[in-house]
Amino acid sequence: MRLVEKSQLMSAAEIDRTLQRLAHQIVEKSGGTRHLALIGIRRRGVPLAQRIAQAMRGIDGVEVPVGTLDITLYRDDLSTVAPQAVLQSSHISFPVDSLDLVLVDDVLYTGRTVRAAMNGLFDLGRPKRVSLCVLIDRGHREMPIEAQYVGRDIQTSDTEIIEVRLREIDNEERVILVDRVES
Amino acid sequence: MTYRFRDLLALEPLSADELTFILDQSQPFQEIQRHPLKKLATLRGKTVVLAFFENSTRTRLSFGTAASRLGADTMNLQAEASSLKKGETLLDTANNLNAMKPDCFVMRHSSSGAADFVARHLEIPVVNAGDGTHEHPSQGLLDALTIRDRKGTLKNLNVTILGDISHSRVARSNIHLLGKFGCRFTLCGPAMWVPRELEKIGPPGTPIRCVYRVEEALEDADVIIVLRVQTERLHEPSLAQNDYILLYQLNAERMRLAKKDALILHPGPINRGIEITPEVADGPRSAVLEQVTNGVSVRMAILYLLMVGATEGTHPALEVKGETKPKESAHASD
Repeated sequence: MRLVEKSQLMSAAEIDRTLQRLAHQIVEKSGGTRHLALIGIRRRGVPLAQRIAQAMRGIDGVEVPVGTLDITLYRDDLSTVAPQAVLQSSHISFPVDSLDLVLVDDVLYTGRTVRAAMNGLFDLGRPKRVSLCVLIDRGHREMPIEAQYVGRDIQTSDTEIIEVRLREIDNEERVILVDRVES
Repeated sequence: MTYRFRDLLALEPLSADELTFILDQSQPFQEIQRHPLKKLATLRGKTVVLAFFENSTRTRLSFGTAASRLGADTMNLQAEASSLKKGETLLDTANNLNAMKPDCFVMRHSSSGAADFVARHLEIPVVNAGDGTHEHPSQGLLDALTIRDRKGTLKNLNVTILGDISHSRVARSNIHLLGKFGCRFTLCGPAMWVPRELEKIGPPGTPIRCVYRVEEALEDADVIIVLRVQTERLHEPSLAQNDYILLYQLNAERMRLAKKDALILHPGPINRGIEITPEVADGPRSAVLEQVTNGVSVRMAILYLLMVGATEGTHPALEVKGETKPKESAHASD
């Protein structure tokens, strides 16, 4: 089995424009940025959340709090993943009670990550509302979970992989479609 | 990186990188202690045996809290109530508890090597919660986490350990861990408790010196670990309690000799007014309660690393001796 790059789905400029639009949509739907906070899901949801917050600063001039969440302890497949899943720290330095939280992740696929993230959030308190923002929705859901803010919907087969590469983590900036091919 | 062993029996066989990894994996659990809801479901459906053949309050409660915050259930065995009193052997007790199908075996025993012995006979992970005068790995780790949090590093610190070093498994675990980060050790106490042989117990090349004047031991210290004095060991004619207080007690006046930012640790339980004065134990340089909080986080990390995922760990005791024979054959030869 090897991985072959099939096509580029988004360029750096397209990612940037999409995040700007998502920031506008979130502010519009939330009626401003009061009571709003973003939670980036590790790993690539974190830089995306930070960039959306930065874009919001341009819209409203307001600093929207950004937290980061590692969902490892809340995964439902820990007994089957080998070897151990390495834990990362979560940093949510503000009380989540009564806030409008927006979970941010790169790709929405089965919905299991979002299920785990919500369990993690509710250990911190009782947010007023939780919504979901993703750069890519690729379908194939296994949970009754939908995103309120979607950068792009992309039809995929389940052998395909979507790789979001961000300059903060990957030293390049683009979204590509990769396929698993029998070798 | 992953933790490569099936058990946690000692810190001696672990490398600096492996120790750092365990400390790093404790950090997410430090955050959990600050959550309003501290209970996770990560180990739901798993059972942890807490077999304390020797009395313990803090360590047993700490492991119990760690297990329950991860969602696991616990089975408790305590020395006074156990069938040990009725003459059952350690191995029989371990096998009987194991027959109830737990997923991890945490044990304390007054004999050095007891956890290692049990680990050779059980298929499930064994955690040493203190064995005789050998090691107390989780205490060594929680001390290191507390030092790293306060000092920002574990590297090249001057560490002074005060008290009954020869009987202390805590001191040994501290030296095995901190020695791998280039720390220098000064061991101090009455000569009967600080034999010169201790200068050789650390990782190769670790500078360890034994001194018998507390003033000398405190000079330039970055970290001072005060051990609990077992009062039953203080008696005439060897050393009277008042003489110990006079010669070795850590008090405010003596603390002036240490560095201004020297950190004070104590594994507990404290004998106030014997090995340490209340003003020092409760002062700003003391981290004794942080140690207790960190103890839960470190033990959650240990249980997480040993109980989650399908790891194919080796037995550290086998590794130390350079043997590579599989578990089954080691078992069969007994």
